Amino acid sequence: MTSADTLASPDGSARAAPRNDYLAFPDSRGRFGEYGGRYVPETLMPLVLELEAAYEAAGADPAFHEELRGYLASYVGRPSPLYLARRLTEHLGGGKIYLKREELNHTGAHKINNCMGQILLARRMGKTRIIAETGAGQHGVATATVCALFGLPCVVYMGAVDVERQAPNVLRMNLLGAEVRPVTSGASTLKDAMNEALRDWVTNVENTYYLIGSAAGPHPYPMMVRDFQRVIGVETRAQVLEAEGRLPDALVACVGGGSNAIGLFHPFLNDEGVRLFGVEAAGEGMTTGRHAAALNGGRPGVLHGNKTYLLQDADGQITEAHSISAGLDYPGIGPEHAWLHEVGRVRYLTATDDDALEAFKLCAKLEGIVPALESAHALARLPEICAEVGKGGVVVLNLSGRGDKDLATVAARLGVAVGDAS
Amino acid sequence: MTGGRIQARFAELARLNRAGFVAYVMAGDPDAETALEILQGLPAAGADLIELGMPFSDPMADGPPIQRAALRALAAGMTLDGVLDLARRFRLTDTTTPIVLMGYLNPIVSVGYETFAARAAAAGIDGLIAVDCPPEEADPLADALDREGVDLIRLATPTTDDARLAIVARRTRGFVYYVSVAGVTGAKAAIADDVAPAVARVRAASGLPVAVGFGIRTPDQAASIARVADAVVVGSALVDAIATAIAEKDAPARRVLATASSLGTAIACARVLVEEPR
Repeated sequence: MTSADTLASPDGSARAAPRNDYLAFPDSRGRFGEYGGRYVPETLMPLVLELEAAYEAAGADPAFHEELRGYLASYVGRPSPLYLARRLTEHLGGGKIYLKREELNHTGAHKINNCMGQILLARRMGKTRIIAETGAGQHGVATATVCALFGLPCVVYMGAVDVERQAPNVLRMNLLGAEVRPVTSGASTLKDAMNEALRDWVTNVENTYYLIGSAAGPHPYPMMVRDFQRVIGVETRAQVLEAEGRLPDALVACVGGGSNAIGLFHPFLNDEGVRLFGVEAAGEGMTTGRHAAALNGGRPGVLHGNKTYLLQDADGQITEAHSISAGLDYPGIGPEHAWLHEVGRVRYLTATDDDALEAFKLCAKLEGIVPALESAHALARLPEICAEVGKGGVVVLNLSGRGDKDLATVAARLGVAVGDAS
Repeated sequence: MTGGRIQARFAELARLNRAGFVAYVMAGDPDAETALEILQGLPAAGADLIELGMPFSDPMADGPPIQRAALRALAAGMTLDGVLDLARRFRLTDTTTPIVLMGYLNPIVSVGYETFAARAAAAGIDGLIAVDCPPEEADPLADALDREGVDLIRLATPTTDDARLAIVARRTRGFVYYVSVAGVTGAKAAIADDVAPAVARVRAASGLPVAVGFGIRTPDQAASIARVADAVVVGSALVDAIATAIAEKDAPARRVLATASSLGTAIACARVLVEEPR
């Protein structure tokens, strides 16, 4: 708490020197501070431990890294460009804005980075069946894609409400050969899809690999997903050094579960001069209670295998998240973010549905890039962040996905028929 | 202190050479008053121990019957305090039937381990099964429960090998709950021939009685497990009786207790009657 207070100093100079090497986490028990851990039923514990051992072995094998690098280059299209957004920079009048173009990846978002890593791991482990959960369908599409690539059967759990809202992505997954199972339990959204995927895993323990899409879930998932998304930050670091000859002053990314944000932030955590900003979805507004901001509007608890901040009622029942962006519509957040929030290394801001919509339109108009509504939440906080670093400052924003998938949502919000949306 | 009701009950069952019947019902399903009526009727229907489900919004280890029971209970306003209040009222007329709470960690984390343990003990709770709290994460909870004399009951499963069994058995008290199938509650059927060696293994590793649950619905299944286990847990079949009663506009308590009674009789007589040829 004290470190969070000292971080309130805008230039960051008042902050005490870190007591921790931020890169040393999680510890051997899968903890980031008190967050994380392995809160799974006993049936899954041996599987989680097996996964941890397999991941450790893969990490120590140069052949695994070589294979992953190869697919990231030739199939995903890495490295993604770092692009100087001149008109957006001029428009906001503060620091120089760079966009990390994760939306140019195959399948249109950062999700594929993690899926590629995990599918190679699943193959090493001899698993023959892949399951995943998805909200908007982006992680489902990325999972179905890598399963098609390697000829593995794939079952994607998706809330029945989301199946209806995201029909094009359901079709994409089907075309890729995946079976989409609508989930009707609970509120029929992402958290229920995750419950159902866990129920599948607990039932099919012998052959099934659960490919989690966010930096959440039981250890080792938060660490593993972060490591596979770290490529975003590693590339950014080299690219910004090349372009500017120095490190950036600030990084900003949207945060739902938080995989694109932790992937960008992680290689910079020990660079105290680099200010880090996560942006949570404030939905209809923080005061309305209808939001998806686990850090700004939730409190610590245990769900889906980890201890983290959660949206919950006074009795510890999980409450529904609300956001215009289905990818941020989750009542929890990855445990490493919970810890970075508490130690004050990252500042977590919020953006409402309306803020995101305005930023969505602005980015399209000024840069010719239609961002995902998720990424638009990060764009929405650029005015303050660019003002804070000032002219001469350098800001990198993770443009985590493209917005084609969101056109129907945006059209509905703008009150136009989809045919007129252009 | 709880007076060792679990230990006393298993000692008595051993003396009678019969398996115990552990009846699982969801607290507050379909509402608090009916749930109390069900609890009060269960011992006479043959229940030797009661497992009282704590409803949770996200029951990841439960199949559809118990998911629906939790939703019914939450919709009727059940809370953690409400669960403990049911136990307290049950204890006014029954001081010997052990009550074990079963549920998920978050509502317990929410109130705090120490507060939870103290309130549970005061309400006459004897044990706790926290489904999503494996031994690796359980020490702080076990410490809090130990101080209040509430047993933390651990789960062993078909995926628990001998090395893990030693970890599971460490600090477990009361009895061990053997999950007979890899899966969610009420889905697959438990097979007595598979369960028997597992029960023996768990009993040897823990030195405690072993209750078997997760795949047992019918009196016949219950009887076959009762021949090899120290206790038999039935849950989904009981909560389904509530769902059926609601659908047919019947009295839920009567339906549940009738179902419990046939299960209780089958379990009580299992080791006396010769197994029917199959």
